[in-house]
Amino acid sequence: MFRPVLRSSTRLLRGTTPASFLSGRLAAYRFLSQEARSQIQKAVTSTPVVLFMKGTPDEPQCGFSRAAIQVLELQGVPQEKLKTFNVLADQELRSGIKEFSEWPTIPQIYVNGEFIGGCDILISMHQSGELETLLENNGVIPKVEETPAQSNSAAPAS
Amino acid sequence: MITITKLEKAIHLKFVVNHLEIEDVSSGCGESYSVLLVSDDFQNKSTLQRHRMINEALKEEISQMHAFSQKTYTPAQYEEYLARQKKEAE
Repeated sequence: MFRPVLRSSTRLLRGTTPASFLSGRLAAYRFLSQEARSQIQKAVTSTPVVLFMKGTPDEPQCGFSRAAIQVLELQGVPQEKLKTFNVLADQELRSGIKEFSEWPTIPQIYVNGEFIGGCDILISMHQSGELETLLENNGVIPKVEETPAQSNSAAPAS
Repeated sequence: MITITKLEKAIHLKFVVNHLEIEDVSSGCGESYSVLLVSDDFQNKSTLQRHRMINEALKEEISQMHAFSQKTYTPAQYEEYLARQKKEAE
């Protein structure tokens, strides 16, 4: 029910409408069962950040999934806001998520229910600073003040 | 088996190719490729949209691979990228 709200807010944020994405999802609708679709839909909106990967954060089974989880760690995404799904443990999910996202590879990352991309996109957004902005704007990580010069003498003395 | 030639053909068929680099990163088994494409077609497209365009163009090939990695630039972005690399190398 709140999904349209989320989507429109993120759309505002990014300034573009992924029209091809939407029509692509409609096309994929035919191949994915209603039940599988609604399960995945529930999964991608279950926490602010959702990662579909090969293996687990502690034991990634693929270099790309390892890179993705490392980026999220570097960004300081708190554990309670991140959920990962191991596609190797669930064949149905493995093929289902590819159709759902219209994306042929794993890992896949979602932020507040919106598909962000795969490993290449995640890394390039990390390098350019876009990922930090996206996570901040979605309330996943706290905003860092641009001007720390405002001296706040409350710093703890070791 | 997927070959570099096959991928090149598929990309040339669907894109204005300003510059293209395809690397076999599988150490020869043909299951893992990395593509760098510079194209005017990427003008005004988000990275996600660009990757979707390539995914669509190489749909068949990607489904037969183990791993696929891509970089997408407009000609202007690629110039910037090269300049940055040059600067870093100095």
